Amino acid sequence: MNVIIVGCGRVGMTLAEKLNDDGNAVTVIDMLPSKVNEITSQIDVMGVVGNGATHTTLIDAGIKDADLFIAVTNSDELNLLCCMVAKKEGDCQTIARLKNPQYSNEAEYLRHELGLAMVINPEYAAAKEIARVLRFPSAIKIEPFAKGHVELIKFRLPKGSPIIGMSVKDMIVKYRANVLVCTIERGEEAHIANGDFVFAEKDVVSIVASVKNAHDFFVNINYKGHSVKNVLVAGGGVITHYLCEILQKSGIALKIVEKDEKLCETLAADYPKLDIIHGKPSDKELLLEEGVEKVGAFVALSNLDEENILLSLFAREVNNGKIVTKINRTDYDSVIRRLDLDTVITPKNVTADSILRYVRATRNAKGSNIETLYNIIEGKVEATEFIIKEDSPIVNIPLSQLKFQDNVLVASIFRDGKVIIPRGNDVILAGDSVIVVTKTVGLSDIADVLR
Amino acid sequence: MNFSAIRRVIGWILLFEAIFLLLPLLTAAVYWEEEFFVFLFCIALCASVGGLFLSKKLKNDAIYAKEGIVITTLCWIVLSLFGALPLYLSGADAYTSYVDALFEIVSGFTTTGATIVPTGAEVAALPKSILMWRSFSHWVGGMGVLVFMIAFLPLSGARNMYIMKAESPGPTVSKLVPKVRTTAKILYVIYAGMTAIQIILLLCGGMSFFESVNAAFATAGTGGFAIKADGFAGYSSYLQIVVTVFMLLFSINFNSYYMFGKRRWKEVLTAEVKAFLLIVFAAITAITLNVYYTNTLTSFGGALKHSAFSVSSIISTTGFVTEDFALWPMFSQILLLLIMFVGACAGSTGGGIKVSRLVVLGKSASNEIGKMLHPKQIKHVTVDGRVVEPDVVRSICAFVFLYVIVFIVSFLIISFDLNNLNYAGVENTKFMTGFSSVAATLNNIGPGLGAVGPAGSFAAYSWWSKLVFIFDMLAGRLEIFPMLLLFAPSTWRR
Repeated sequence: MNVIIVGCGRVGMTLAEKLNDDGNAVTVIDMLPSKVNEITSQIDVMGVVGNGATHTTLIDAGIKDADLFIAVTNSDELNLLCCMVAKKEGDCQTIARLKNPQYSNEAEYLRHELGLAMVINPEYAAAKEIARVLRFPSAIKIEPFAKGHVELIKFRLPKGSPIIGMSVKDMIVKYRANVLVCTIERGEEAHIANGDFVFAEKDVVSIVASVKNAHDFFVNINYKGHSVKNVLVAGGGVITHYLCEILQKSGIALKIVEKDEKLCETLAADYPKLDIIHGKPSDKELLLEEGVEKVGAFVALSNLDEENILLSLFAREVNNGKIVTKINRTDYDSVIRRLDLDTVITPKNVTADSILRYVRATRNAKGSNIETLYNIIEGKVEATEFIIKEDSPIVNIPLSQLKFQDNVLVASIFRDGKVIIPRGNDVILAGDSVIVVTKTVGLSDIADVLR
Repeated sequence: MNFSAIRRVIGWILLFEAIFLLLPLLTAAVYWEEEFFVFLFCIALCASVGGLFLSKKLKNDAIYAKEGIVITTLCWIVLSLFGALPLYLSGADAYTSYVDALFEIVSGFTTTGATIVPTGAEVAALPKSILMWRSFSHWVGGMGVLVFMIAFLPLSGARNMYIMKAESPGPTVSKLVPKVRTTAKILYVIYAGMTAIQIILLLCGGMSFFESVNAAFATAGTGGFAIKADGFAGYSSYLQIVVTVFMLLFSINFNSYYMFGKRRWKEVLTAEVKAFLLIVFAAITAITLNVYYTNTLTSFGGALKHSAFSVSSIISTTGFVTEDFALWPMFSQILLLLIMFVGACAGSTGGGIKVSRLVVLGKSASNEIGKMLHPKQIKHVTVDGRVVEPDVVRSICAFVFLYVIVFIVSFLIISFDLNNLNYAGVENTKFMTGFSSVAATLNNIGPGLGAVGPAGSFAAYSWWSKLVFIFDMLAGRLEIFPMLLLFAPSTWRR
């Protein structure tokens, strides 16, 4: 597919990289030549310097042949204008990024009226993800599949966990767990689990299960299953704003520390019930005063990655609860993974995944449609949810007789409101939604997992 | 420095060279020449050394600007070192030493077309398979062997752009389409398509198949190795005109042809192409009038034909000849000498400084003059309605300066040789010979003036002068920086 991306910021760059890895022909547009040079020397894409909302720049970038147009500049208004001009100029799908809460409340209206294929909001998506883990703090990450009936849950094995030293097979038998262990991350390595894999301390494990089974499973292996009661948030930016909006009726008490007085005022006006503290989040005394030692969860959402990491590590030291850290940069992933952090949220990746899913789905695979796509381990392991159509080659054949490639796991089948954790005798039928976990990234059809 | 990635690309290049050598092998088989075994041996050698390089595991495929430049330069050197073997091992008397053979094949790959073979008659007497290898080396070198590799090898990553940037001529290299590989493929399709059209047109003019393939290869790469004793003089006017037109076509930026196909007319006739055509037109007019009124050539039609051919040949840096322009009046000779430095358009197969650089330099110089008059004036260099980045202008200035430095140093070194040179001419051609020798090799043209004129050759130079010329040809083809960087200590420092 020919894709044009306007805006070479963090989101734009991640998108360009992922879409290019996925085999699309990508052109990027930015006003700053230095940005364009940087991106074109790192990624195999074409760069055009100019204003993405002007006709001439779009022609230069080849809008006539484009299939998809994505505007992810820092300005919402510019993004909308870009999409409108692009729509007039070429026959393409358009995606705009909107981050201002005032617009995103009207996202549906804008989408419809301006003919956008999709409106993305990295900050809102990140806030939603944070809210999910706050409700179920034992998990590092929760990704809903099959319209929320199935969850992919990632958690870390702490010291003293009862399943350390057990093999996957034994664990399933002992706890009669109706879950499927997908992947295990150990240091830099990522494994697709088989029955003989033995758990070790500090492993990060991903499982797929229905919501209820997952809950039972965690209770069985001595994890807390209930939601956190109170949260301390460092930083009052856009994500915090959305987080307040999502959590306002959940009974989770939020306390926000923000150094900018204006932001404090806005938050206080919009959410009068919350505790808004005007002060530096990096001030240790202030944090202690506001009870960082006692809260159920600490969420670091300031604009600086370094500050977020530092605050999280401090909170970890004084508090045993849930810690969420927002990190924008992914280049130092390997270092960050070695730190004793809990949940790490990267807004740009959340967005990139949802656009990738859209791109792969519109590439129009024959036998199946991509419904959800999720990177379990960035760039290494993906979970993809397919809706199976009737003419798919895998329909009605027992799984044990299908010739899968190595490192492929059929993680769950969702049929008529029931979650099936598949075993060898199960078959996939038309209309099922099937989650497949693979080490090959970039699937666009379920038949791709066969040999 | 990522040596494992460099070794790998060099391995692939040797395998490609083995494949390229199949064409002369086939020629040798068709004409029953004993060089068949020479080529067979060289193919085996390239394939086995290449295979050896590839057998080592690749630890890490990260290529940065530094690796891109080193890979490009080393590949060209390795390609030439192995490519010279068939010439050296063949029965041809002309290539007495390995340096001679190396000079000849470097001249081939860099599309220079300067020959070591003393006389045209000896060229014509070379085995057909050797002639084919010489001409084919032009074709391979013209668009770039690494671009070829990028087009046909699924190498990973965007970093290939670093290689393409180092190999493609011109101040800035832009992609036609988002993917490097597709861009490289499109360029080669245009290149091969135009070559095929030329072959057909030459065949229509009654040229033999072998000759037209050779001529087309040499034109397409803007190389200039002739296969006949009298160059192009013996061919009909139709054939000479076809070659004139194609020499010009191959020295226009290939992006223009792509834009032509895409019907983006504004991008076809860029400022560079316009300037190029203007220079060609002006030079042809001046030389035609000069040779006609000095009665060097008596018919006006003949004067126009020969001056058009010579100007196209020189400015496209091909170096074909129909008339010995070393015998023309001094004005015409000097004018030809000057357009040697102009060269072709960026993104073509030609050499020289490149018209686009001169356009930018000219505009930037006129801006400087404006600044002298109005010291507070702010003005940008714009080409085709776009501001040229100050970085690009700076890099072009540095390029031209280094170009001149390389020229001067080379001239100085080979001047030791000029006194010993056996040339059949008058005293003052010593300077002309030396000056034009360096100009013709550094700009990848081929024949110079004086003793290295169309009728002469580089055979009389000593071995170390030839090494200087080899360096100049490579430096000219790769546009100075890569060759100099290869010898800069900081490139190799850890």
